[in-house]
Amino acid sequence: MTGFGLLLGKEIREQARTMRLLAVVVVFAIMGLISPVFARYVREIVEAIGGGQFQGMIPAPTVADAVAQLTKNMGQFGVVAAILVAMGTVAAEKERGTAAFLLTKPIGRGAFVAAKIVAIGTLLAVAVAVAGALCWVYTTILFEPLPVPGFAGALVLVWLSLAAFAAVTFLASVVTPSGVAAGGIGFGVFIVVGILSALPGIGSYLPTSLWGAANLLALGTVPDPLGGPVVVSVAIVLGSLGLAWWRFRRQEL
Amino acid sequence: MDAIADAGAGARAFAGPAIEARGLTKRYGDVVALDALDLSVPTGSVFGFLGPNGAGKTTTLRLLTGLGRPTAGTAVVAGIAVGTGRLDLGRRIGYLDQDPRFYGWMTGRELLTFVGRAYGMAGAALRSRVDEVLEMVGLREAARRRVGGYSGGMRQRLGVGQAMLPRPAVLFLDEPVSALDPEGRRDTLALIGRLRGEATVFMSTHILTDVERICDRVAIVDRGRLVTEAPIDELLARHARPILELDPEPGQAAAVARLAERLGAAPWTRDVRDDHGVLRVVVTDAGQAAAEALPLVVAAGVRLARFERVRPTLEDVFLQLVGNGAAEGPDVGATIAEPAP
Repeated sequence: MTGFGLLLGKEIREQARTMRLLAVVVVFAIMGLISPVFARYVREIVEAIGGGQFQGMIPAPTVADAVAQLTKNMGQFGVVAAILVAMGTVAAEKERGTAAFLLTKPIGRGAFVAAKIVAIGTLLAVAVAVAGALCWVYTTILFEPLPVPGFAGALVLVWLSLAAFAAVTFLASVVTPSGVAAGGIGFGVFIVVGILSALPGIGSYLPTSLWGAANLLALGTVPDPLGGPVVVSVAIVLGSLGLAWWRFRRQEL
Repeated sequence: MDAIADAGAGARAFAGPAIEARGLTKRYGDVVALDALDLSVPTGSVFGFLGPNGAGKTTTLRLLTGLGRPTAGTAVVAGIAVGTGRLDLGRRIGYLDQDPRFYGWMTGRELLTFVGRAYGMAGAALRSRVDEVLEMVGLREAARRRVGGYSGGMRQRLGVGQAMLPRPAVLFLDEPVSALDPEGRRDTLALIGRLRGEATVFMSTHILTDVERICDRVAIVDRGRLVTEAPIDELLARHARPILELDPEPGQAAAVARLAERLGAAPWTRDVRDDHGVLRVVVTDAGQAAAEALPLVVAAGVRLARFERVRPTLEDVFLQLVGNGAAEGPDVGATIAEPAP
């Protein structure tokens, strides 16, 4: 892992200097902010727009709606953000020639891949944490406080689901010569997983089922079964990253 | 021991040539980009690697720097067998790509500092070396500017600087001055020339005047194959033929064309080239040519401003060895026409 620290520092500075860090955190912060607000006021909004014809049709909002809105947003915009973050990480460096610039120096290819993985994982973790913190505060203001340990566990599950999609996209970024192609593969996998998640049996083991589990956990209930989707998601992350390292190790640049 | 000292020690720690390739071959499907290259580059030399576009120069550099894997054959650089992901190779080489791209968000100083750290340098030694390199490549004033705002020439100078920074045993430069203005070319070539004896420089280019100016030895490749490899003087002595230069006065295009045709048909002529209005006649028999060329000029009715027997250049040898195929290539003609800086 020669050069890992140097490269990780470079990745994090790059995220900050190119505004990627700010952009991703702001997108997630907005999701965290609007989820409880939307859940709280959606009934009033719909009733106001409908001019009274929807009066009483929409049930009174609860804290569960705020949490569900957060995981729903994370499961859509969060995944899109994770794919966008991961799609160009390696492919863009190969395309631009900066990978060749780096890897003719005493820098290990394992370190190159690992630094990018850790940087993506950290970026998503920070973004999810910011979104979660804002969501918790606004949920407390608008509804009631959520149990902190359960809510923190829910955020970990959300992060794991995003990491799974980011890892697959990262693998595509290593295998394909262009970031656009890697993004296409990432979105393709997202759609396929979305379709498969509707299937009984398989669906409950996919990363998408982590969002339902996160809903329950955030409200203080331990979801059952939790082990299956967690193990599958971790396996997807580790498998994708292992394959990416194996492929990149001897790849021509 | 810091990395600079380590790299310096590395330069002396291996025996034999700095670069040794045996049967180095690279195929992309049916296309043979490099065909069984055998090459030996002496330690401490400035080595010119010549060839027209598509000859296999960049492919060779990518194989020798570990960016690509050969289909067949082996190569040893600074005592290290080359291959992808060889950290020990990275410690002993510096590399400049033909179109250098760096992280646009870094400043020039940050980039050089980053490169120094990759070689294990740190502290005052690193700062001092970065200052020295910035000065050498003429980027001191632009050191605080983002690399993304650099011109092509500045990027190339930064590329030369980052390759030289760790004082590598072997420096690979792919077209190192192609984007530079005449002054930048002159300075950079002088910089490269000063490395003679300290490091081995392997420089790929198709600008022949640059090679003639700073290289000790050259290898010429064409269509993936090594055509020749020798010291420049030996190459000129071995391959160069006498050349007559006829510089017609302006405004005689038709007569000059007629003269070129007649010169081309003469039995002592090997080749006639119009080099920006000057006819360069490669001859096989200098004595016969001296006697018969002027009568042909008179017969064609051409008035000459100059008639001279000139020393053959590397360019003449190159064209002779690589032949018309190269001359008709997309870039070689332009390169040949390019004035010396």
